[in-house]
Amino acid sequence: MALTTEEYQRLLQTAKKLRHHIVDITMKAGGAHIGGGLSALDILVALYFKYMTIDPADPDNPDRDRFVLSKGHAAIAYAPVLAERGFFDKKLLDDFNKFKSPFGMHPDANKITGCDASTGSLGHGLPIATGMALGAKLQGKKFRTYCMVGDGELNEGSNWEAAMAGAHFKLTNLTVFVDRNMQMIDGPVEEIMGLEPLADKWKAFGWEVIEINGNDIQQVAEAIEKAQKATEKPVVIIAKTVKGYGVDFMENQTQWHYGSLDSELAEKAHKSIDKVYATLGA
Amino acid sequence: MNKEITGTTWTVYDGNTLTQNEIYGMTLCELGEKHPDIVGLSADLAKSTKIGIFQEKFPDRFINVGIAEQNMFGIAAGLARTGLLPFVSTMAAFTSMRAAEQVRTDICYQNLNVKIIATHGGVSFGSAGTTHHATEDIAIMRSFANMTVIVPADGIETANAVRAAVDWPGPVYIRTGRGFEPNYYTSEDYGFTIGKSVEIRQGTDITIIASGITVLQAAEAADFLKKNHGLSVRVINMHTIKPIDKEAIIKAVTETRRIITFEEHNVIGGLGTAVADVIAQSGKGCAFTKVGFPDVYSEVGYPEDLYAYYKLDANGIIEKVQQVMQKDFEEDENWDDEF
Repeated sequence: MALTTEEYQRLLQTAKKLRHHIVDITMKAGGAHIGGGLSALDILVALYFKYMTIDPADPDNPDRDRFVLSKGHAAIAYAPVLAERGFFDKKLLDDFNKFKSPFGMHPDANKITGCDASTGSLGHGLPIATGMALGAKLQGKKFRTYCMVGDGELNEGSNWEAAMAGAHFKLTNLTVFVDRNMQMIDGPVEEIMGLEPLADKWKAFGWEVIEINGNDIQQVAEAIEKAQKATEKPVVIIAKTVKGYGVDFMENQTQWHYGSLDSELAEKAHKSIDKVYATLGA
Repeated sequence: MNKEITGTTWTVYDGNTLTQNEIYGMTLCELGEKHPDIVGLSADLAKSTKIGIFQEKFPDRFINVGIAEQNMFGIAAGLARTGLLPFVSTMAAFTSMRAAEQVRTDICYQNLNVKIIATHGGVSFGSAGTTHHATEDIAIMRSFANMTVIVPADGIETANAVRAAVDWPGPVYIRTGRGFEPNYYTSEDYGFTIGKSVEIRQGTDITIIASGITVLQAAEAADFLKKNHGLSVRVINMHTIKPIDKEAIIKAVTETRRIITFEEHNVIGGLGTAVADVIAQSGKGCAFTKVGFPDVYSEVGYPEDLYAYYKLDANGIIEKVQQVMQKDFEEDENWDDEF
């Protein structure tokens, strides 16, 4: 096991707290991409609360690890993660989506402390992360770059340009997560524009593929530790996730790609989250 | 490179022997010595864009991404985020259209220090045809907030622009030709400053505002018109399209009352439009015409034939200037007498 029982409990508690926070912000914001935020959250928690070399007191340190949220619409999960990690006061998130807030549906790196790239338009994050990993290599720096892409996002051709380059330049300092939640706006990914065999596609592009359950923090941790030891090929972690994970009425529901919550629904969501974590022993 | 480039020693010989993009490549090498953070990027056009000269000198600071412009500009953004200073080169058409969103969203929106040298601007790749012509790039690039847009008159001005871009914060788009264009400048010491135009001919009857290849042609046309028609033609080299030199334009409005722009670009959205914006907002009237590609896709042919056809060579400029000299404009406050 990559995580000790203690670490696993700590990360579970963090993820639980963040899920509650995400529900609260979604309600205040009047709506958010909560489905894809909740599917991505456990990977963000493992990265930001265990594996990334970062310091909220020195957010621009040139040697810090980088993270690019290519599926920028998961900002509803990403911004609370950065706040919880100490990059800024979480009260700021009360204005999510509101006039002149630094926090909109998609993250703006020039406005959000701790955010390494402005994203939102799909298919842009992986090339940027590739540039960061190349930048580390060119400067002999040891930092690692992590990037998360959505599965539907992989329809965009620019990802595959970057996939080609990542393998060509042997970017073992780059780790990509595919948040494989199987849903896109218009329906199931495999129905709208199928990606399977997805692992074979990445392998054919020269990547090492690890397949996990991306909502199981222990599995996420193991995959990250394996990826950190890469010496030949860049690693892609295809993380099978549940869109809306933790909130029963949102899980795997296409319509919860973007949704809003009134206080009644929010209460139901909070109860569902507590129930899920009770079964997980947290 | 056997010849040492010191930075201020371009000679007439260099200017006449080297193409615009070769001078760019050599200038970048010279800057690479002083700035270890400069990295070069190409999308399988290292030879055509002449950034390959930099590659030869600094192989470890050069990245060829293959034929993948979107990825290249995304990578450039990532490199800039790690503290490097990327110089990215591909053709103007692919920079401004294939990778427009990466330039806008990854580079300009994040206000990153990425310098773009877009070659084969306008119809400089003549016989290659419309797919390889860029007659929209200036309109596209100047609409991106944070972007600075420069269209150097020739190779010598390209050297000046590339050097100035290093010290100029944020993204810069420098548009060059294919490299076979003749030089206007014989020396680089004429006071090049980003955002400040250069008055290369003094005049009081009419002002020509030119950029890129039309600068040399406008100078020749002005000399001809003075000698043969006694016309006093002011010529402004508006090398920076954004931020545009408003002061020089308003001065031309009040002092010459006739303005004509010449650009290797669609008449919509480029130099002429930028100048028209300033004139319209000045509250002052003048006779005004913009010359470029008249909202058409350009024909195939050698560039010199295309420049002649679209009235962008000296003969075309002479003809257009004479037309504008016939145009009426309101001389006083009484508008009724004109109608």
